[in-house]
Amino acid sequence: MFFTRSRPKRYVFSKGIDDMLIGVYNAYLFVGRFFRELFRSPLHIRVVIDQCFEVGLRSLTLITLTGFVTGVVFTKQSRPSLEVFGAASWLPSLISIALVRALGSLVTALICAGKVGSSIGAELGSMRVTEQIDAMEVSAVNPFKYLVVTRVLATTIAVPILSLYCTFVGLLGSYMNVHAHEDTSFISFFENGFSTLSFIDLFTAVFKSILFGFTIGIIGTYKGYNATQGTRGVGRAANQAVVLSMFLIFIEEIVVVQVSNWIKFF
Amino acid sequence: MVEKHYIHHTINKEEKVISIREVYKSFGELDVLKGVNLDVYKGENIVVLGRSGTGKSVLIKLLVGLLVQDKGTVNVLGQEVSKLKEKDLNALRLRIGFSFQNSALYDSMNIRQNLEFPLVMNRKHLTKKEVDMAVDEVLDAVGLKDKKEQLPSDLSGGQRKRIGIARTLILKPEIMLYDEPTSGLDPITSTEINELINEVQEQYNTSSIIITHDLTCAKATADRVAMLLDGTFASVGSFEEVFAIQEERIQSFYNYNFVK
Ligand SMILES: Nc1ncnc2c1ncn2[C@@H]1O[C@H](COP(=O)(O)OP(=O)(O)OP(=O)(O)O)[C@@H](O)[C@H]1O
Ligand SMILES: [Mg+2]
Repeated sequence: MFFTRSRPKRYVFSKGIDDMLIGVYNAYLFVGRFFRELFRSPLHIRVVIDQCFEVGLRSLTLITLTGFVTGVVFTKQSRPSLEVFGAASWLPSLISIALVRALGSLVTALICAGKVGSSIGAELGSMRVTEQIDAMEVSAVNPFKYLVVTRVLATTIAVPILSLYCTFVGLLGSYMNVHAHEDTSFISFFENGFSTLSFIDLFTAVFKSILFGFTIGIIGTYKGYNATQGTRGVGRAANQAVVLSMFLIFIEEIVVVQVSNWIKFF
Repeated sequence: MVEKHYIHHTINKEEKVISIREVYKSFGELDVLKGVNLDVYKGENIVVLGRSGTGKSVLIKLLVGLLVQDKGTVNVLGQEVSKLKEKDLNALRLRIGFSFQNSALYDSMNIRQNLEFPLVMNRKHLTKKEVDMAVDEVLDAVGLKDKKEQLPSDLSGGQRKRIGIARTLILKPEIMLYDEPTSGLDPITSTEINELINEVQEQYNTSSIIITHDLTCAKATADRVAMLLDGTFASVGSFEEVFAIQEERIQSFYNYNFVK
């Protein structure tokens, strides 16, 4: 038989909306599975550590560069406005607030989404379409644990560390610019900077970057693990991993900032 | 053409290792398997023939639980695959070797790591030396001892196929499933693979399902041949029996393989 009669498909809303809702539901199941598998042995600690180094190595140069440039440029651009009010001495505080509260983790997360998220998506995607994931499964190795859980853990651990590093490099860049104008010591620059930051600020920053790291890992693995349609699917998985995780990172940023402001208010 | 002959090997017709009953499988609107029945006996090589897209790969994926049938039962080594819990399914999988159509080697690992993987992950009590020995043994069996430290991407398609088979042999499976072991290979390499399949059968007393389009491979390796047409097995029997049937599609399958 050469022709199969196709029944017309019915949608609850429309094709686009239905697909999106199904996608959200599947992602929800995927996250659920992650937490279930996370607490079952074996944890493949070695793979997690290797993956942490992968994440670091892939993004370190770019994070260093971007963090440093952000610190220098931000300081340089803010100085004239502050000098108008005779408040140039507030520079360290301003920069610390900006870097710790927002820029450090955001810049790091966006860079990692681009570099790490896409490569996780592409790697798992190509393993899926070339049946390497099936091969793992038939050798009685749980591919979800071995590939997904390890990578998500790695990004969740590595991104906060990279964020701290990025913030530090940014402050260093800022200090160099400040130092070029005034004779501020390194210690007093930091003391000045951190005096305006509360515990909530630091806590929020770390919490946020853990969330970003988790998002990058889970979206990258979700897209890759569920890749279909051959090599085209691999490219699409990588691409969608970046777009979707950046989108979610922005939303999370807004929500977390809002919530932490409420907490501070009370 | 190479006929099959045994030196010392018996097929135990009393003991079924695989039993497939009235199995149906569809993907959306595409009905692939429509009431498949098949028995495989201990120590037997059974060749599954069928045109591209008839569901041969789907059929053997049901045997290892990579896919689940919509209807019917699939029984492997006395256990019903679709009803097994994850732990039992994994225990069963360790007794089955699955050689993929496209080899499916892990391309981030070198050949040695590829071969070690099933052992290291499942037989944690083995020492480094024992693992090395097992790797050498299977590499020897497929004749690729010098490729140990290379990456899969450095090998030819035929070599990758052989490594894929070696990787499944390393756990000494009781059942081997070969998905098109000779497709895309030159006749000499194909013959070597056929010999390897028969050697594995005799040496380890494995039962195998061999999926192929290649009638030379079928004739060389098969104890029985099963012809998949339109989602069911049209005929099962010896190579000669199956191709003696005067059915148009079976005959054209034969004629296209051996251009007369
Ligand atoms: N996971 C899947 N999802 C949807 N459709 C599938 C899936 N796996 C197989 N199919 C469809 O089932 C049919 C049979 O596929 P299968 O891979 O078993 O063919 P085959 O007999 O092995 O062919 P070939 O000789 O080309 O390998 C094909 O039409 C394929 O598109
Ligand atoms: Mg196939």
